[in-house]
Amino acid sequence: MENNNRKGWLYLLPAILFLGVFMVYPLVDVFVYSFEEGYNSASQTFFGTGGYNYSYVLRDPYFLQALKNTLILVAITVPLSTGIALLISVLLNSIEKLRDFFQTVFFLPYVTNTLAVGLVFMILFKKTPYSDGLVNLIIQFFGAKGVDFIDGPYAAKMFVLCFYTIWIVMPFKILILTSALASVDQGLYNAAKVDGTSRLRIFTRITLPMISPMIFYLVITGFIGAFKAYSDAVAIFGTNLNAAEMNTIVGYVYDMLYGDSGGYPSYASAAAIILFAIVLTITVINLLVSRRHVHYS
Amino acid sequence: MKVILEHLTKKFPSRNRKSKEEVIAVNDFNFEIPDGKLIGLLGPSGCGKSTTLNLICGLQMPTGGKILFGDDDVTNLPPENRGVGMVFQNYALYPHLTVEQNIIFPLQNLKGADKLTKEQMKQKAAEAARLVQIDHLMERKPNELSGGQQQRVAIARALVKIPRVLLLDEPLSNLDARLRLQTREEIRRIQQETKITTIFVTHDQEEAMSISDMIVVMKDGVVMQIGAPQDVYDDPTNLFVAKFLGTPPINVFEGEIKGGKLLIGGQEVLSVPGAADQEVYAGVRPEGFILDPEGPLSCRLNRVEVMGRDISVISQHDAAPGVMIRSIISAENQVDTTGAEVRFSLKPYKTHIFNKATEERVRFDIA
Repeated sequence: MENNNRKGWLYLLPAILFLGVFMVYPLVDVFVYSFEEGYNSASQTFFGTGGYNYSYVLRDPYFLQALKNTLILVAITVPLSTGIALLISVLLNSIEKLRDFFQTVFFLPYVTNTLAVGLVFMILFKKTPYSDGLVNLIIQFFGAKGVDFIDGPYAAKMFVLCFYTIWIVMPFKILILTSALASVDQGLYNAAKVDGTSRLRIFTRITLPMISPMIFYLVITGFIGAFKAYSDAVAIFGTNLNAAEMNTIVGYVYDMLYGDSGGYPSYASAAAIILFAIVLTITVINLLVSRRHVHYS
Repeated sequence: MKVILEHLTKKFPSRNRKSKEEVIAVNDFNFEIPDGKLIGLLGPSGCGKSTTLNLICGLQMPTGGKILFGDDDVTNLPPENRGVGMVFQNYALYPHLTVEQNIIFPLQNLKGADKLTKEQMKQKAAEAARLVQIDHLMERKPNELSGGQQQRVAIARALVKIPRVLLLDEPLSNLDARLRLQTREEIRRIQQETKITTIFVTHDQEEAMSISDMIVVMKDGVVMQIGAPQDVYDDPTNLFVAKFLGTPPINVFEGEIKGGKLLIGGQEVLSVPGAADQEVYAGVRPEGFILDPEGPLSCRLNRVEVMGRDISVISQHDAAPGVMIRSIISAENQVDTTGAEVRFSLKPYKTHIFNKATEERVRFDIA
């Protein structure tokens, strides 16, 4: 028994070392940093401990901007992308011809490079001295006035960012949901049909509960992913996100560490811990809600 | 409710792109199922019995022919308007709903004047559950039930709307042997109590024979024979039906008819007056052998199995190459197990003769 135990620990050792050094230690360190006031990374000294970093971050307009952007992004893209992905998956599941073709088409964004997609979005939306961008040309064709989506009003920029995010996360969700739909026992549908169940009721009472674990998985990972958004904003608006009013929390953390105004690991740590607290809260709420609505077979 | 099938045909388009040949799953099925009877659709795998059931319930549409429930032509009606209840082979219970919610599910689909209040639904579900004796399990989820209990829930769900016709697809195939015996009695009892015309599909002839009022034997989409189980067993119309029914199976010898005599291995074994001269297969039921030291049929004795009430004599004969001849005789007979030979005479009404080419029955007068 004793011997076996020791063997077990031995097998675990590589993973423990690796995770300990690269995951657990940094996590603890971030937490410690976030309470060290006036930390200087060059001399590795600090004045004292306390909550000042948090109060600074929470009063920093750039952080509040980033927080607002992130929350809007999450609130819009998670439900929309999951909903649209569900709709597309159901439609894909109900057609027979060209299903493989459409599945491939819908999956393409997933294998396309984020920055390449960003470039395409620039061409679609950006106003330059030579062109108003493809989308603006279409808008103007219908007689409306064009908007500068990249350097223009906040709502237009947020629209592009949400549009981009939804577009980029959709393929994975469609992939997961189509396979979930395909795995629902066809017999259940036959039974429901014989009993005269309407299509809407079949969907809400049978299909949805049967694929609910997968939807739940997508919602949780969707929330976490959207809260961690950063590269998408960079791909569209460039690296100076604060100037564009399009920064995200992760972007703020990055700026605090390495940006032009950076070099403040304590502020970055505090912002990261705040982000962690938000994600944790949302995930716990998700878990609580799922107890009632998710059915594991 | 009487169920009438008229020239019912179902063809499937060919899977193979090269050959345009269609697959005929059900071919010109004609049958009038009397009201309130329990009918067993019987045949080997792939004979079209499940397709027939799907046609009757409306999950598949026939390519030809008609289906009538009483005087109603339901051929082109979708399943929900036919008034059928169906029990699926794997039960198809909704795994996320409790037993009670499962049984209530069909009732919640009722619309307009048929709409029920919650209390009425609960009451009907309770009645159906009581009928199949699962009323103490109402709060459980399907995965907390045994196979037999799940089966009963499926039956209750099919019965709760009081269907005109109850259909069961291989209802016992997922149960263990002991439960199978018990459940088939249960199906019989439920059918007798409700008097609902019931059609069930099985590949197990014993199952079909034991509880059906009538059985329909199918092969390759074609109905071979329809009748009461005992009649079909005693009077098969062709070799396939004779072979398919009965355990142990019928013993088939090659032989010929010459001058009103049945010859097996050149030996006269039975007098068959009225039958024309021809090459034949002679099928003898295991219980059709009489142990007779003077008997005309001589077999090489292989072994004797004692089963208490009966003994089973296993032997071989050149006219039945490659198979063991199994004869069941009363244990009161003494079988000499030391000899190499065992002799039988045959019971004429347990001996069925079939033309060698057509495999159709050749009838003869039994004295």
